[in-house]
Amino acid sequence: MAKSLDYEKLGLRVGLEIHQQLDTKSKLFCNCPTVLREDEPDITFVRRLRPTQSELGEIDPAARFEFEKKKLFVYQSYNDTVCLVEHDEEPPHLLDKESLEIALTVALLMNATPVDEVHVMRKIVIDGSNTSGFQRTSIIALGGYITLPDSGKKIGIQTLCLEEDAARKISEDEKTITYRLDRLGIPLIEIATAPDIHTPEEARVVALRIGQLLRSTKRVKRGLGTIRQDINISIKDGAIIEVKGIQKLDLIDKIVENEVKRQVRLLELRDELKKRGLNESMFKSDFVDITDALKDCKSSIIKNTIKHGGVILALKLPKFNGLLGFELQPNYRFGTELAEHVKFWSGLKGLFHTDELPKYGITETDVLKIRELTNASDEDAVVIVAGPKDKCTIALEKVLERAKQALHGVPEETRGGSPDGITHYLRPRPGAARMYPETDVPPTPVTDEMLDNIRKNLPELPEEKYKRFREVYKLNEKLANAMIRSLYIDIFEDLVNKYPSVSPTTIATTFENTLISLRRESIPIENLDDNHFDELFGSLASGKISKEAIPEVLAYLAKNPEKHVDDAIKELKL
Amino acid sequence: MSNKDDSNLFSGYHGLALNILQKFDAHVGDRVKIETDSKALEGILIPRAELTTTHDHVVIKLKNGYNLGVHVSKIKSISVIERGRMLRPELSEIPVSYREDAPEVSIVSTGGTIASRVDYQSGAVYPALDARDLYNVVPELGDYAKLKTRFLFNIFSENITPSHWTKLAAEIAKDIQDGVDGIVVTHGTDTMGYSSAALSFALQNLPVPVVFVGSQRSSDRPSSDAAMNLLSAVITAANAPFAHVVVVMHGTEDDKFCYCHPGTKVRKNHTSKRDAFRTINDYPIAKVENGRIIMLKKDFVPRDKKRELVLKPKFDNRVAFVKAYPGIPPEIIDLFVDKKYHGIVLEGTGLGHAPEYLNDALKRAIEEGIPVVMTSQCIWGRINMYVYRTGRQLLNLGVIPGEDMLPETAYVKLMWVLAQTRDMKEIRSMMLTNFAGEITPQTRSKEFLG
Repeated sequence: MAKSLDYEKLGLRVGLEIHQQLDTKSKLFCNCPTVLREDEPDITFVRRLRPTQSELGEIDPAARFEFEKKKLFVYQSYNDTVCLVEHDEEPPHLLDKESLEIALTVALLMNATPVDEVHVMRKIVIDGSNTSGFQRTSIIALGGYITLPDSGKKIGIQTLCLEEDAARKISEDEKTITYRLDRLGIPLIEIATAPDIHTPEEARVVALRIGQLLRSTKRVKRGLGTIRQDINISIKDGAIIEVKGIQKLDLIDKIVENEVKRQVRLLELRDELKKRGLNESMFKSDFVDITDALKDCKSSIIKNTIKHGGVILALKLPKFNGLLGFELQPNYRFGTELAEHVKFWSGLKGLFHTDELPKYGITETDVLKIRELTNASDEDAVVIVAGPKDKCTIALEKVLERAKQALHGVPEETRGGSPDGITHYLRPRPGAARMYPETDVPPTPVTDEMLDNIRKNLPELPEEKYKRFREVYKLNEKLANAMIRSLYIDIFEDLVNKYPSVSPTTIATTFENTLISLRRESIPIENLDDNHFDELFGSLASGKISKEAIPEVLAYLAKNPEKHVDDAIKELKL
Repeated sequence: MSNKDDSNLFSGYHGLALNILQKFDAHVGDRVKIETDSKALEGILIPRAELTTTHDHVVIKLKNGYNLGVHVSKIKSISVIERGRMLRPELSEIPVSYREDAPEVSIVSTGGTIASRVDYQSGAVYPALDARDLYNVVPELGDYAKLKTRFLFNIFSENITPSHWTKLAAEIAKDIQDGVDGIVVTHGTDTMGYSSAALSFALQNLPVPVVFVGSQRSSDRPSSDAAMNLLSAVITAANAPFAHVVVVMHGTEDDKFCYCHPGTKVRKNHTSKRDAFRTINDYPIAKVENGRIIMLKKDFVPRDKKRELVLKPKFDNRVAFVKAYPGIPPEIIDLFVDKKYHGIVLEGTGLGHAPEYLNDALKRAIEEGIPVVMTSQCIWGRINMYVYRTGRQLLNLGVIPGEDMLPETAYVKLMWVLAQTRDMKEIRSMMLTNFAGEITPQTRSKEFLG
């Protein structure tokens, strides 16, 4: 499994959807500030959402599924920075002009064609993250491209949308999901690329480039959670899998790599099942109640289930023996995938299967009994679930459904990425985007006059910046390159201008070398903010400290973020 | 060929946009390709929303569901790829289920769309109006009632007039004669309080509850308050122990419970919130929570199907409703007198006052046999015109003090009274008699801003 993948041969196609929060004065459809808060909310209210019907009286299956969970949504709010628009207690105001301007700026930077009139739509979302039950979204521009700086390759931009961010999930339990409304309504730009990306590395490079272009406007938010990427990944004979909500750039290549592995392995699994002569008619939805047979079982989960009046149900998966342990991604087996479906659809914690037994207090004898009761031969595998009967039934129905799909390869679904780069089942693929017009917001024309104005004030592109950093600031090639990609690019320029006596190379080196060495030494550099750097270079400019003292002072400030450079000088005896 | 009605071919388009659609023979609903100087767009031609300010954009829906407008000046050509389908197909037969032994509830629709279906392809929203639609949108209804639905008007509630109240009262009387267990009236929220007051007077000696209901969020939204309001209204009509005209709406911002507000004491107090409706100068009769009715008041008229309804559905629409304010010109009063109006309700200041310089005009009105009733723009509280000299002067002129009646209720009531008598003495006596809970004997401390 460790062998490296030939992406060209596999026909890898990747498209990115990048969501970037804008740093505007007010939210997209109201006058509230775009701030997140950690203090105690002063308002809480509860709601339910109901799916709406199509013209044939049909309800979108994904929407109905959410509804049938009968979850109650609890919303936390603040009286001063959140208003009735976020509460869904007041109609939205007009589309925020500043947000539209930024979106149009980005559109022009990406060579896309702005629409002549913006129409706000409602995209149905009933997981509770939008109090209205829909996300307001609008298309701003179509058909652009970006150029990758190193290779010169062009990556198509299909659409650029302006939409509202969802509420933040704070917690979730069996009955309720709690959201905070501070984030709801913050303007987001969504940029969708064409599936022109063909390697995991390229995916990261494209994300980085788009991030750079966005930052060059200086009007986007920065920091964790302000930029999120969804990645669409497919290989030949596989399926388009959308992996949602990747917050870190470094994860992108790993996620793509692991998802490709998963799809390759699912195709191998399909072939193996065919070789074993399995076909769909061999699957039977016979769920065998083995509660009595396991009443003396030592497994604590099984004991507890029986004690609380639950049941143990078993399902035979024909010809699957050994395949539930089939690895799809590092430390992620086909059995893991089945367990994820069980958790999502039934709410049970997971499942047992014969490929991993005897274990967890289930003995060899128990396994023999289970095989006997389900009529399973050595070729077959058996899946067991424990809990309330209705949940167990749903769980096994879903196991059966997923096992059947294995015969066809990769099923379409929405997945999420974990911090270790593995993709996980998230939810079924939603039906064709459920969209209808937001009639509360009138269409907004995009005039030639507006566009001319924006064209005149387009921000400097990264490559132009690079040239200026080399020529005006005299940074060397490596440092200039690092700096235009840096998170610290804006403060770097601010400081260079504020303290002309300090060499730009010193400032750039501090950000691009010193901080990295400090992080390697486990110094908590994330505690450093713009004020610390300002003070640092101010002290350097006035001769209070020497260049050589920079690492020491920064380390001190990172460990004592409430202190100042003067304290450092005193305590470190500089 | 399109099988649409010809008038809908260019629905909502005017001016330059209409010209270009006619030129290329492209109709609303068609799949079209629009070529501009810089791009080619394919999608379905969407109706132009009514009363948009400009007429120089053509709207299409792309395959990804997004709509956008293309400026007429940029369009080089429009080609029709496929003619449109009928935008509203027939509903397929969907089986509905309800409890056979459930009480029978009649739903009379006045145009407040309480449940809707959305066509995601065109983005159009259709009201769901027949019983089957309602059961499908809110399946829980089947546990509580057998519904029969009736479509009476299709108008915004801001366009309701007293003659609509008369028709509505007659319609409800028919249902009562048919022996239903309760009636639900779906109604727009803007004037729901006026209508509930009107029906409270028109339907005397009620045997079963009459429940007004609406929604503050349009019912095509997943977050609409319509479903919970409708369910609570049906439960009230089917099971409430009382026989009153009430308004059932959200009690708070939460989807937790609804209040049953007395029909003559309810007012819309917020432009948009779910809990905009409040009982004023009294308490809600009951609340409906988790399918149960919890009584909050003990003094109610119990439901009794044997009780004989007395229908008094007429309203005199020549009543003026005038708010007093600093600087109000007396000519406003003179105008109504000159135009031979039959009555005036004043929404005065404080305890029931109006600028002294209006006194001559008011005196003339009363002398000409036009009753003048005083209420207060404070909304909460009771009129008392004995306290200050200005008030006493008005009383001496013959102004009728409206007690703790809501100004809107007093206006509706005077119309109802005038349809029965034009005798000044009798009018005064009827205005001061409590017919339907509009006047309470005591003002309690906790009623205010409850």
